[in-house]
Amino acid sequence: MVDITLDQDKKDFIAEIEKLSGQKIMRCYQCGRCSAGCPLADYMDLLPNQVIKYVQLGLDKEVLECNTIWVCAACYRCSVVCPKDIDIARLMEALRLLILRDDIEKMDINKIKKEEYAELPQIALVASMRKYTS
Amino acid sequence: MEIAYYPGCTLRTSAKNFESSSIAVADHLGITFKELSQWNCCGTVYSLASDDLMKHLAPVRVLIRAQEDNKENGLDNKLVTLCSMCYNTVKMANHLVKNDEEKLDTINQFMDEEPDYEADVNVLHFLQLLDEIGIDRIKENTKKSLEVLNLACYYGCYLLRPEEASIDEEPEAPSIMERIMEAAGARTIDYPFKNECCGSYLTVTEKKYTAERTYKIISSVVNRGADAIVLSCPLCAFNLDRRQKQAKELHANMKSIPIFYFPQLLGLAFGINSNELGFNMHYVDPRPLLKEKRLIKR
Ligand code: SF4
Ligand code: SF4
Repeated sequence: MVDITLDQDKKDFIAEIEKLSGQKIMRCYQCGRCSAGCPLADYMDLLPNQVIKYVQLGLDKEVLECNTIWVCAACYRCSVVCPKDIDIARLMEALRLLILRDDIEKMDINKIKKEEYAELPQIALVASMRKYTS
Repeated sequence: MEIAYYPGCTLRTSAKNFESSSIAVADHLGITFKELSQWNCCGTVYSLASDDLMKHLAPVRVLIRAQEDNKENGLDNKLVTLCSMCYNTVKMANHLVKNDEEKLDTINQFMDEEPDYEADVNVLHFLQLLDEIGIDRIKENTKKSLEVLNLACYYGCYLLRPEEASIDEEPEAPSIMERIMEAAGARTIDYPFKNECCGSYLTVTEKKYTAERTYKIISSVVNRGADAIVLSCPLCAFNLDRRQKQAKELHANMKSIPIFYFPQLLGLAFGINSNELGFNMHYVDPRPLLKEKRLIKR
């Protein structure tokens, strides 16, 4: 069973995410449109609407463990369909940053094979470094 | 007409044919791209954090260069880009500082080695410039109609979203690229994925995801009778072209089709020498299709 009373820690977590993302997380009423349109939902362990729900419940550890925030490609599909005007792409970025700002890197450039490195366009490399490293 | 131009890194490396074909097409229409006197990488993705201005410095620096070059050259205060990702990052950073004086001020004070950014540059994508110049001009310049080609115009994300960056008045049902390609005689198809993500930079760490996206997008356009996809982003191009290799490994029945940058095809229509259009730089070789359609000789 999930305890939905919010203690101070949980409230602080929600406040931090709201500040970092600039979004009013509590406005979400779980319609699921964000997840319905997400092109990468197939590969996510939590759907975008579940990520928001977890944040609403202050489940910080659980939500920061999901793969969703790293699978999200910041395509803004969810952001433009949300009837409550929540920019979910910004929420995903805020969650990524909470981890990255602790100096945890989610990508190791040395693991990319030489041949691949040579053919990948610069914008792909720079973008993934921007999203996966601090 | 001269206009300040920001190439960005990828057009100088893996997407040289995008730049050479764009410059040739612009030239043909009497537009001279004046490359910025100095430029840096824009960072490729617009930062979505509310509290971090550092990530906006790179695109604002590009905008300052445009502002200063335009003053020096006596040009309209515009900046044209070709790469969709550069376009989005520079456009959104411009939008941010245009609408937030305090942030603009902080950035200006921080970059005290640069002149202040006056937040007055108008950032355009080449497609918008072509649309502005006029469909009639494209028609007039078309010597070899593309009527033999059935094209799927692919916009991806960053030409249309967020809304403030959209190059089309209708980001959910865009038509600007279709208008331009049709002006050169091409036929275009409608299909559901034209403004859906190709998997973007996940191509670096999760090839499979982009291969699956590529499979979905390509099968959708092939089912609707498209001969090729035409687009404007070197990352979409990489995924939809090169990732056809992995997509085929996952789905042996997938049909391969060539992926073009829009100016490559406009160049053909205008009768520009195909050597300038870089058809030799693709993974799926477009030349057999172009030969079959009698658009090139060899
Ligand atoms: S679309 Fe908006 S309101 Fe609906 S579930 Fe997603 S975030 Fe919540
Ligand atoms: S921005 Fe991320 S979560 Fe939203 S639709 Fe795109 S990939 Fe899915």
